[in-house]
Amino acid sequence: MQYSYYPGCSLEATGVEYNLSTRAVAAALGVELVELPGWTCCGSSSAHAVNKDLALGLAAHNIALAQEHGRDLVVPCAACYTRLSKADYQMRHDPQERVRGEKLAGFTYTGEITVYSFLEVVKDHIGTEMIARAVQRPLTGLKVACYYGCLLVRPPEVRPFDRAEDPVSLDEVVAALGAEPVSWSYKTTCCGAGLSLTRPAVVKRQVDRLLAAAREAGAEALVTACPLCQNNLEMRRPATESLPVFYFTELIGLALGLGEARAWLKKHLVDPLNLLQKLSLAV
Amino acid sequence: MATGVLNLPAGKVEVNTGFLEEVARLSGQPLELCFQCQKCTSGCYLTQDGDYAPNEIVRLIQYGAREAVLQSKSIWLCTSCETCGLRCPNGIRMAEVMDTLKQMAVARGLVPAGEVSALFHELFLKEIRAIGRVQEAVLMLKFKLKTGNLWEDMDLGWRLFRRGKLPLVPRLKKNPAVRWVFERVAGQANN
Repeated sequence: MQYSYYPGCSLEATGVEYNLSTRAVAAALGVELVELPGWTCCGSSSAHAVNKDLALGLAAHNIALAQEHGRDLVVPCAACYTRLSKADYQMRHDPQERVRGEKLAGFTYTGEITVYSFLEVVKDHIGTEMIARAVQRPLTGLKVACYYGCLLVRPPEVRPFDRAEDPVSLDEVVAALGAEPVSWSYKTTCCGAGLSLTRPAVVKRQVDRLLAAAREAGAEALVTACPLCQNNLEMRRPATESLPVFYFTELIGLALGLGEARAWLKKHLVDPLNLLQKLSLAV
Repeated sequence: MATGVLNLPAGKVEVNTGFLEEVARLSGQPLELCFQCQKCTSGCYLTQDGDYAPNEIVRLIQYGAREAVLQSKSIWLCTSCETCGLRCPNGIRMAEVMDTLKQMAVARGLVPAGEVSALFHELFLKEIRAIGRVQEAVLMLKFKLKTGNLWEDMDLGWRLFRRGKLPLVPRLKKNPAVRWVFERVAGQANN
């Protein structure tokens, strides 16, 4: 399996461990990710709020690049995935939008490539059976709340790979690793990351709410597929709250026994190593 | 375009016929179908923070209360989480409506004074235009400087920096392809 890989701006900075773990896990599971040469910002999370043409044009430019390289596009960041899959959906299903996107990005849209989130690749292209077979160190005893965030599975017509109100793909992946996904009601509730810089007080309230709900459900950690969620849930919490927030790719790396996992976890603002040591899962 | 005055609990607002059609056309959403079931508002985690709830925004659009809507604080709070649109029984994607309202407010110079979200978006897009990507460290720093809040998250910034999560890479090369997209967009607006 070979794909073009779009890391996005956050994965070069605050989400660097998501980038590292995605690449390592893909390689270990036989998926080749070729970084899309010359990729540029998808426009999230500002272009769509200010200018409709920029929102489509910036995303379409990257779809044009992916098309040029002839491989389906894999996007780990939920925010980039939202913008890129939305632009692709618009151009695929609406002839007027296609003409607009083609003009703005200067290309001819063929519809030959598909935009996937990395979670979708893991769950549907690699599959949980193969992942379960590759597990070296099952994550036994690790109770996690799978947090999809708002962007990954909505709106359903654009992102039909999982259920929009009660998605299960992350739960199935972590279960294949031997961990225990808890049942909770906040899987797709927005964490407010988009307001993290502009309205921190509002965001703190929301992060509190989410972490408290995860604890109440019996989770010892959260699992995300979004760098904005991961950072926001770590940054805007009370100093006393110690619930770790993993990327799902980090948990896969841990279960596969990848030695570099320790370096990813060291990047977290909230140390997850204590919990892993307690469960004898540390690397 | 006819105008009139509407008495709301919050005071008198001016109404314009044509506003509903304009927002419906630009957002592509069937706003006339809203029958005020309030599912959007029930699911919105920001309802308590805004001046109008999502269902009230729709109602005001139907009334034609252009200024009240475009100057409202609520439209800038929306994070496009799409919970409302997913649950709307009439298929109104409210996030598209909120985006359209923000775009209209910017284009017409109606962003409320001191609305820092609009400033954030402006700085964000300037970064993309300059180098094709966003350096989070640079964006955060510029935003903090512009809002005079440099010290607010200093500790957080330092903790991120120490972990190598806010790299300052000198990558000030222009990206001609992205410049071109921005120029095309400006060209469209002038046509």
